[in-house]
Amino acid sequence: MSEIPDDLKYTSTHEWARDEGDGIVAVGITDHAQELLGDLVYVELPEVGTDLGAGAECAVVESVKAASDIYSPLDGEVVEVNETLADSPEAINEAPYEQWIFKLKMADPAQLDNLMDAAAYAAAVEAEEH
Amino acid sequence: MQKTILNQTHRDLGARMVPFGGWEMPIHYGSQIEEHHAVRNDAGLFDVCHMTVVDIRGERAKPFLRHLLANDVDKLTQPGKALYSCMLREDGGVIDDLITYFMDEQWYRMVVNAATTEKDLAWLEKQAAPFGVEIRPRRDLGMIAVQGPNAREKTVPLLPQSLRAPAEALSPFQAVSDGDWLVARTGYTGEDGFEIMLPNEGVVGFWKALVEAGVRPCGLGARDTLRLEAGMNLYGSDMDESVTPLESGLGWTVDLRDRGRDFIGRQALEAQQAAGHLRRFTGLVLEGKGVLRNHLKLFDGEREVGGITSGGFSPTLGRAIALARIAPDAGEALTVEIRGRRLPVRLVKPPFVRHGKACIDL
Repeated sequence: MSEIPDDLKYTSTHEWARDEGDGIVAVGITDHAQELLGDLVYVELPEVGTDLGAGAECAVVESVKAASDIYSPLDGEVVEVNETLADSPEAINEAPYEQWIFKLKMADPAQLDNLMDAAAYAAAVEAEEH
Repeated sequence: MQKTILNQTHRDLGARMVPFGGWEMPIHYGSQIEEHHAVRNDAGLFDVCHMTVVDIRGERAKPFLRHLLANDVDKLTQPGKALYSCMLREDGGVIDDLITYFMDEQWYRMVVNAATTEKDLAWLEKQAAPFGVEIRPRRDLGMIAVQGPNAREKTVPLLPQSLRAPAEALSPFQAVSDGDWLVARTGYTGEDGFEIMLPNEGVVGFWKALVEAGVRPCGLGARDTLRLEAGMNLYGSDMDESVTPLESGLGWTVDLRDRGRDFIGRQALEAQQAAGHLRRFTGLVLEGKGVLRNHLKLFDGEREVGGITSGGFSPTLGRAIALARIAPDAGEALTVEIRGRRLPVRLVKPPFVRHGKACIDL
């Protein structure tokens, strides 16, 4: 069973979002997502300054097996990207909840409430596996 | 979905199981990349029980195979010697690629791909009828591949006593058998090692003994990156019934020397060769970061000149590599289109890696 921390919010497309305060949210992929993908070998980061709508394709992670799109969980502007992932994409496999991929300045922080909590995400993962 | 006899063993080892050619197979046991490196640096083992062993017996077994296959089994003079070949349609399209072992004058053994087994057997039966040879799939045999620089050393002590010394003495592409065991010094990774056939009932025990001896279980994921680095074709990706071996980098397996040998597909291949303008089959390296994938399009300037037949990330080189089929007049400076962007690729001659060493400049 993959790890699903209680203090994060989740999407059905396996991104996690962490409220960093000041209207900023960090986004990464879940433990379940990295397990499904296998060893990551490439991360294509979004550009700082890009305006994203919730559900927009904004980054790509590629494993030895497949490429997978990352979707923005919320409306907002990309304010920072995790450049270290360009040289060490495998860091996501090792610590998926420490390795955020990008940070968003939320257009509407209330949207966070639309995302799944840990229990709902766990149920979604469970449902997907059966 | 069919399961090999090792299915539960894989699950017990923590494998992630995926469908492959009608079979449920392990893709990896945790880390595909670590499994890949284990084979390049030490020893790894693969469940290849999904592939099909077929015995071909009869007085006219040899003339049958000389008619059936694009490579010439007449080269096989010593018992146990193996030959890689394509089996073609009349129009030169590849039905399958396979290995044929010479057992004795009236007995050859073939190993065919899992996903193609049913059509292969139907084709074999049809072609065999006029030759009066017997085609017998050996569903009672399993197969395990042990590959890597230390593979032979770790495997030999675990073989039946009678096979230890002869297995140790094998030259590449040669096999030795005793009863229903067959040990061949062949593989699909670009490393030294064995492929071993044995009765189904012995497979689980033999697998566990190899694991116990420090041989690392490897899934289909590592098998694919290893064969890609070794520049070995994958049926269904790099060639299929719509292309000939001449456009699949397999011209070396087509033996046209004996003009009197009328093998299936020969006329089509000779006509194709005479017409010229064959598409080129080549290796590619992505110059920058990213991953090359199957079916990505290749461009020479603005002109689309072909596509990737199998691509991936090379763990040994730390770069994206691929096999590709391109127009005969394509230049050397090509780009690949990845998610709408054109990135430069370099044409190289496979293999990319052999015996743990890079064969191309990075």
